[in-house]
Amino acid sequence: MTQNPQSNTRQAADLYRIMVLIRRFELAASERYRNGDMPGFIHLSIGQEACAAGACAALEERDFITSTHRGHGHCLAKGADPKRMMAELFARASGYCKGRGGSMHIADMSRGVLGANGIVGQSMPLAVGAALTAQVTGSGAVALAFFGEGASGAGVAHEAMNMAAIWKLPVIFFCEVNRYAELSPYEVHCPLERISDRAAAYGFPGETVDGEDVFAVHDAVARAATRARAGEGPSLIEAKAFRWHGHYEGDPQGYKTADERASPESFDPVARFERNEASLRGLSETDLENICAAAEAEIAAALEFAEAEAPATHASMLEDIYA
Amino acid sequence: MTRTKYYQAFAHALTEEMKRDPRVVLMGEDVGQSGGIFAHTKGIYEVIGPERVRDTPIAENGFVSAAVGAAMTGLRPVVEIGFEDFFTACMDPLVNQAAKLRYMLGGQVTIPMVIYTFGGGGLNAGPQHSQSFAPWFAQVPGLKAVMPATPADVLGLTRAAIRDDNPVLLLMSKKLISLSGNVGEADLDAVLPLDRANVVAEGGDCTVVTYGTILHPALKARAKLQEAGVEIEVIDGRCVNPIDFETIAASVARTGRLLVVHEAHLPCGMGAEILARAVETMPETLLCRPRRMGPPFAPSPFAPNLEKAYLPSAEGIAETVSAMIQEPVLRWRAA
Repeated sequence: MTQNPQSNTRQAADLYRIMVLIRRFELAASERYRNGDMPGFIHLSIGQEACAAGACAALEERDFITSTHRGHGHCLAKGADPKRMMAELFARASGYCKGRGGSMHIADMSRGVLGANGIVGQSMPLAVGAALTAQVTGSGAVALAFFGEGASGAGVAHEAMNMAAIWKLPVIFFCEVNRYAELSPYEVHCPLERISDRAAAYGFPGETVDGEDVFAVHDAVARAATRARAGEGPSLIEAKAFRWHGHYEGDPQGYKTADERASPESFDPVARFERNEASLRGLSETDLENICAAAEAEIAAALEFAEAEAPATHASMLEDIYA
Repeated sequence: MTRTKYYQAFAHALTEEMKRDPRVVLMGEDVGQSGGIFAHTKGIYEVIGPERVRDTPIAENGFVSAAVGAAMTGLRPVVEIGFEDFFTACMDPLVNQAAKLRYMLGGQVTIPMVIYTFGGGGLNAGPQHSQSFAPWFAQVPGLKAVMPATPADVLGLTRAAIRDDNPVLLLMSKKLISLSGNVGEADLDAVLPLDRANVVAEGGDCTVVTYGTILHPALKARAKLQEAGVEIEVIDGRCVNPIDFETIAASVARTGRLLVVHEAHLPCGMGAEILARAVETMPETLLCRPRRMGPPFAPSPFAPNLEKAYLPSAEGIAETVSAMIQEPVLRWRAA
């Protein structure tokens, strides 16, 4: 982060704005899903906002991200339009995927968002491919793969990290640990306390950061991006976070401890920012209220837009199968 | 007119396309300095250089998916899966990623990539190195799949696959690797359509549709049948996704008889599909029951005597056609 106090404040405001926007977007989606307004399944990342916001803020516009089935936050943080995202959740023709993908496939190529993805683990090799393009064309872009600790046990995670290391690709593997792989607590499927320790096996740096601290996330990704752009190759960053909601909305979450269920907000990057960071970084109560009000309004507008839009067209069912 | 081998045709087309378009990159196991297990990428590394020719780890899932990510962002990857059997290790990036991303992402991306492989039996390579999975890919919207059976077709289909903006599977034949064929000046630069079957030899008594390797036993059967005064029309189906039923139907409308032969298993295969369409759309033209031939529903055995019996043969094709010719005309026709 820069030392200039004004830009420091501006950056802090932006990080807070993105976290709040993600929080509002997902709370709204959760409510509307419960009301039966949205078809299919949605997977929410409430509690993990600092990961998306911090990581994407450390990237440039030309950089790529690949995301997961729990990708709303990543897309918003990289600049996707909440209106078109919400429209996709409502299966509208004007949604990002024209109503053909849904929550799990939101992408915005104009923002370098190569898409949320319904297959656990594939975000990693897809990002390796984007990084290969950057390397072959000399574009200077970096690719960041969001994945969870659940994906870290998939064979393709190893394949992707190994390949990235061999070719010294400009890629950042960003593991967002939210304590559960689908319905299984961390300890059930992962033998290590720190997934970042695995980086040593590939010969590149690994680092574990506090996923409640948006600045810690930002700074780790900024370091990894600098390294990637300098041609020094990949990095693995692990952010320890917590998933407030279930694997999917409606998940009874029997696998969580009583404490985790009773007070998910004991892990809250938004509240932590308000408590520990805001005033230090020159943001007043009023500043925070204004940011929250603006996010609220933006999400209300997104909902209004999504509801008013036309449903997916029948013609579109047979479009874009082939180029 | 020169004689060119199947694998040389591939190396030639790939090299030329890589020279022509700097976005084309080659990825796979041993594709670089070693020149490939069948010498089919020999010389490419030296001409194109290490940046665009990448030897990969033995990690099909990872490198096919990486190729998809590269295709989404502006490269045109050509990816090797050395043996068709190994497609099982990369079905996710093929079927769930490459084939669906354009559709799923609202048309925001194109996935211009080629996955080439060598499949089928005849080399006593055993159950995990002899399979033909072509029908699997006929089931996946978003993919294209072709099976070249001659050096000239390898040239034209390889060029076409690389220039196409979709994921294209180039399902080549192991058995035909060293096959020599005539290649004319025009063939060297030809770009063949990815959705057209090829009428290889004309005849009025029976339409025999083949895929890949099987073209060659069918041509042998044709010569044998000619001695008995039977003229078969041999069509190399060439394209599996989509299947060119139009060309086949035009032939069947003339011959009244249809036999489809392939190395892939029969249930829900190209033969099943083509016969179903013939029965659905042109039953009145059929003089006898249409037929399919393929291997028995067993894995491909290693023992040379067993594999010989397992694969469709020229003798088998000739016998089946003879039986079809001798069969009384279908009752609905007679009535």
